[in-house]
Amino acid sequence: MTQPVSPPRDSADKVPSVNEAPAWRSLMFRADVRTLSLLGVLAALILIGGITKPDEFLDTRNLQLVLTQASVIGVVTVGMTFVITSGGIDLSVGAIVALASVWATTVATQEYGFAGILFTAVIVGVGCGLVNGLLIAYGGMVPFIATLAMLASARGLALQITDGRTQIVTVDGILDLGERDSYVLGVPPLVMVFAVVTIIGWLVLNRTTFGRRTVAVGGNAEAARLAGIDVRRQRLYLYLLSGLCCGIAAFLLIILSGSGQNTNGNLYELDAIAAAIIGGTLLSGGRGTITGSVLGVLIFTTITNIFALNNLQSDVQQIAKGAIIVAAVLVQRRTASTN
Amino acid sequence: MAPEPTLLSMSGITKSFPGVRALDGVDLDVQAGEVHCLLGQNGAGKSTLIKVLAGAHQPDTGTIRWRGEDVTLRSPIAAMRLGIATIYQELDLVEHLSVAENVHLGHEPTAAGFVVRGKAARASTAALLKRLGHPEIDPARLVGELSAAQQQIVSMARALSHDVRLIVMDEPSAALDPDEVDNLFRIVGDLTADGVAVVYISHRLEEIRRIGDRVTVLKDGRAVAVGLPAKSTPTREVVALMTGRNVEYVFPERPASAPGGTPVLEVRGLAREGEFEPLDLSIRPGEIVGLAGLVGSGRSEILETIYGARKPTAGRVSVDGRPLRPGSVRAAVRAGLGLAPEERKAQALLMLESVTRNVSVSSMSRFARAGWIDRGAELGAARAATRELSLRPDNPNVPIRTLSGGNQQKAVLARWLLRGCRVLLLDEPTRGVDVGARAELYAVVRRLADEGLGVLLVSSEVPEVLGLADRVLVLREGRVVHTAPARDLDEHRVLDLVMEGSPAS
Repeated sequence: MTQPVSPPRDSADKVPSVNEAPAWRSLMFRADVRTLSLLGVLAALILIGGITKPDEFLDTRNLQLVLTQASVIGVVTVGMTFVITSGGIDLSVGAIVALASVWATTVATQEYGFAGILFTAVIVGVGCGLVNGLLIAYGGMVPFIATLAMLASARGLALQITDGRTQIVTVDGILDLGERDSYVLGVPPLVMVFAVVTIIGWLVLNRTTFGRRTVAVGGNAEAARLAGIDVRRQRLYLYLLSGLCCGIAAFLLIILSGSGQNTNGNLYELDAIAAAIIGGTLLSGGRGTITGSVLGVLIFTTITNIFALNNLQSDVQQIAKGAIIVAAVLVQRRTASTN
Repeated sequence: MAPEPTLLSMSGITKSFPGVRALDGVDLDVQAGEVHCLLGQNGAGKSTLIKVLAGAHQPDTGTIRWRGEDVTLRSPIAAMRLGIATIYQELDLVEHLSVAENVHLGHEPTAAGFVVRGKAARASTAALLKRLGHPEIDPARLVGELSAAQQQIVSMARALSHDVRLIVMDEPSAALDPDEVDNLFRIVGDLTADGVAVVYISHRLEEIRRIGDRVTVLKDGRAVAVGLPAKSTPTREVVALMTGRNVEYVFPERPASAPGGTPVLEVRGLAREGEFEPLDLSIRPGEIVGLAGLVGSGRSEILETIYGARKPTAGRVSVDGRPLRPGSVRAAVRAGLGLAPEERKAQALLMLESVTRNVSVSSMSRFARAGWIDRGAELGAARAATRELSLRPDNPNVPIRTLSGGNQQKAVLARWLLRGCRVLLLDEPTRGVDVGARAELYAVVRRLADEGLGVLLVSSEVPEVLGLADRVLVLREGRVVHTAPARDLDEHRVLDLVMEGSPAS
């Protein structure tokens, strides 16, 4: 059975040549394509709205309404985008918004006026985020489970506080912010808050060490750890950030509705995750885009508005939303596999 | 009766993954009833080859003939239908199912097409387990409750539950005690007596001597030797084939004078129970110290423990005379250690990111004021660091995944260069690196040492350690068996030491 040793082959093995610069350009181009296609979808929706209900849809008041509605979920989505970019998930955002909104509108809190409500909403949000973060970063819990537990407990606590009743806000300063008189150059204050949160979120994700660490942890947590990044502390901060965004969103919701209810923020977690994903943030982490997330929020809110104007029931809306999520993810998968 | 055609013959198999050619024209032929051993270092292409054989990977080119006919193995099921079963190192059992359910997974005996006949499954499983010499395993038990060795038996029973003609075993002895290994070999003997062929993968040469008929050696995705007689080929020849002396590397010259000064890295009594015994070592600025040893000798574990990625059970590490907090990567990085890990993609690189961001990730705060990154300064510094190492292409904005293995490694080195580290820990720095690019990498490492860095080099390629390091520690099974200046050692001496572990003379 003895066989001769086969001679070593020519040793000039070359890694299959990769065309470097074009690969980079096509990556940039692809990122642009993603944003452009989202803008295209949004433009198409505006067109549909304008054609089906020309007077009502393009009315300034309606556009203000759409943007105002987008603000609350938009702020939540900015926080969610960070969490997903880091490879995590936060299922508790809706429940945190509910808890923060009712805690901030109890009779006792309202005695402290505007500042009391704002402070309470933010602190409750950050507090819930802290619990999530500690459980996940230092307790070793899977984000899905830890935030699912927070979802259940925060909703339960919100119900306990309100006993199922709507808590009407009587503080004038709050109610005024929802009035048309407070609009600056036609822009509602809520929308301005959303814009500011978006810009800060974009800058933090793209221009700061915090954003870089977030992306690194999501892209390859082990590599991030071996590169000297404190992965656990970063995870803690990320859930704190998401909680903070929920607190701000709760405050906006109090302004918008003039009340606090334990049913607030229902299914926000799904809307925020869906908006982030169709925007181009990878559910597996390592890539996130605030611009995409905000466009995702605007697309969903516009659809809801158009359907409402056309008297279509929410069941049709839900089906349309589902179809959009599927289409967006399929497109993402295709671009990912051609990478 | 005409002679039985060769059971399996694979020829010219190539398989590329992005940036890597894992298999480059590999031939393998297996006769019925033989034990054909597959040897090669990590990354040589063994796993890819057996995945092609198992139908889990599709080859880019090449042909597979099975009992004289060309076949295409489109899926694991297709391979299994032909009678090819694979027992992976990472056992692919479902822990929450019973032994019998695992054995029959995918081909359960059924009544009326869908009702699983549990009793029949358990009976046939019991028969298989008996044949494998383990009648004590209860077919009704959950697999998760079994020991690693028992799970392996279950995995083998699963393979035999099909009409199998070829079994691939990927390092089956790695998790076994000596007497369990004896049982494994008895099973292999029974199987081959029945005419079943076994492709056996192992790092342990003595096992291959005991049960192997022929040996094929893979290196860098090529078969460097096909069908050597397993029992009579000298160990030295086999190891030389594995570690590859088919290419003469060019190593940079050592500095004329031995490095002096106080040690930059000192390790005293560092140990991790079950992995490596107490270790002392010190590295002076400008010195390259090599750790030579086989896979499993504790090399990577030592490096990662020094770096704080694993917590030592004893001992301490000091940099510039200051002891490090044990088990803290951040403390190690802050003190000036940098690691180029063995698994570059899994442990070092952010594959979705650009070269710049991969290089700057450990020094971000240097380019940041109050967390705000000055991207111009970052890009400039990354460009300077990558240029110093002649990283190609000369554009730090390209995604790191488009780089070749050698240039990805340079990006990892640039990361620590930028960080201004004092000691580089290199774990298999040339794994997955083109032969042509290796000499350049060696020159880079030597130059960094000449500039005052201490370097601790781990490599399974003995010539690499001997050619690059100033001083060599030879490891065997977690223990340093010999320490000597590299110039006083030759490859044969080191190979004898790592294989036989004879005490230092």
